[in-house]
Amino acid sequence: MFKKYILNFLLLNSPIFLFLIIWELAGRIAQTPLLPSFSTVIIEFYHLLYSGIIVENLSHSFVRVAIGYLLGGLLGIVVGILMGMNVMIERSLKPLISLLLPIPTLGWLPLMMLWIGINEALPITLIFICAFFPVAYATLLGIKEIPYEYINTAKSLGASSWYILIRVILPLASPSIFTGLRLEAGMVWKTVLASEMFAIPTGIGSMMIQAESLIRVDIIMVSLMLLAFMSFSFEKSIYWLEHYATKNWR
Amino acid sequence: MATIRMQNISTSYCLKDINLTIHDGEFMVILGHSGAGKSTLLNILAGFVGHSGDLYFDEKRMNQIVTQKREISYLHQAIHLFPHLDVFDNIAFGLRVKGMSKGSLEKKVSEIMETLHISHLKSRYPKNLSGGEKQRVGIARAIVTKPKILLLDEPLSSLDEATAQEIRTELKILQEKLHLSVIYVTHTIIDAKVLAHRVVGLNRGFIEYIGTPQEIFKN
Repeated sequence: MFKKYILNFLLLNSPIFLFLIIWELAGRIAQTPLLPSFSTVIIEFYHLLYSGIIVENLSHSFVRVAIGYLLGGLLGIVVGILMGMNVMIERSLKPLISLLLPIPTLGWLPLMMLWIGINEALPITLIFICAFFPVAYATLLGIKEIPYEYINTAKSLGASSWYILIRVILPLASPSIFTGLRLEAGMVWKTVLASEMFAIPTGIGSMMIQAESLIRVDIIMVSLMLLAFMSFSFEKSIYWLEHYATKNWR
Repeated sequence: MATIRMQNISTSYCLKDINLTIHDGEFMVILGHSGAGKSTLLNILAGFVGHSGDLYFDEKRMNQIVTQKREISYLHQAIHLFPHLDVFDNIAFGLRVKGMSKGSLEKKVSEIMETLHISHLKSRYPKNLSGGEKQRVGIARAIVTKPKILLLDEPLSSLDEATAQEIRTELKILQEKLHLSVIYVTHTIIDAKVLAHRVVGLNRGFIEYIGTPQEIFKN
């Protein structure tokens, strides 16, 4: 049983192992700082972790992502609910959101740099924009897809509009809301990285751009690995939250 | 437990000048083909759609009264149990809305589940119920709040005949026990024969006939 588990694990992850082996060999053969081997990157990761540099930069990035994502996600849900529950609000806001939704988040960067300036509010605002529009749209779609019979049934059982919203609409729309949140959970880390690279002197993105000026490819690779790990973890956390919230009935 | 009176009820798209009285505790079956206006009539009684003419429950004009205050229960054709709630919480939904205490709520839900032989389904979610089980849970949810009027839209149409027969019998017993006023929409003659005190035939928005099953089916 244990042997089978190990074999399955090795087989499933063989592309990753193969990639790491090729990387390690290429680094050792090339013998250049422009292509450090996997083991060199891991050793540098350990040094950066031990010296506290990773924790300091990661915590800066994490706080920005947490504030921007939370505010953007929450306001997105609220606006999505308002549009889903009121046709007039939907008609007035939906065209605006449909227009702004396709703009890549980093497209807002020059404008926000001029409006907000280069400070802590800049990456948070960009992350807010990144989360807000897709979550608002996903919430609206989730509500619109609920068959009206559920609402009518709840009404016939005496439920007020507020009760129906909390006990019927939000739970039934939650799969769509979670999809919106999950899709953006990875995107917000890409956004924070880019905004820190361009404008902010702290955070993983800043660590990466400083490493670039010192031609420290190993630190750049550590930063990329951290970004990949945080994007993956954020997305998985939302996935597990969704799974936990809806596992009984989906 | 209410007398319903419809006076010149019409809609722009379906019903034409419906005049009908359903007595307190009466089981009224509305028969008709698709598009006859049966479901529209139920939707009007529930307050889901607008209409011209007047609607009275116990001589109280209901035209401007919202669904929540009509003291009705509506069971749709596809039942529409809330998928995110288990059987107990589905049945308890209307009681929680009324703010009933936990003890009374549990007692009432347990009683109705026993009556409909669904106590063993208490913790199951709708996705794990058969068609017949869903119907029983839907009926339990609709009557546990003791509505004045029960509106049923083809509730047995998707069931096999054996299950439909069982539920028909249980429904009839419950209606008599609780003295409910029931309006039951169907296109199946057997439902009308077994359940109805009176039968109304609807055709293209008009009442074509009305009478007891004996009067209607002997002709």
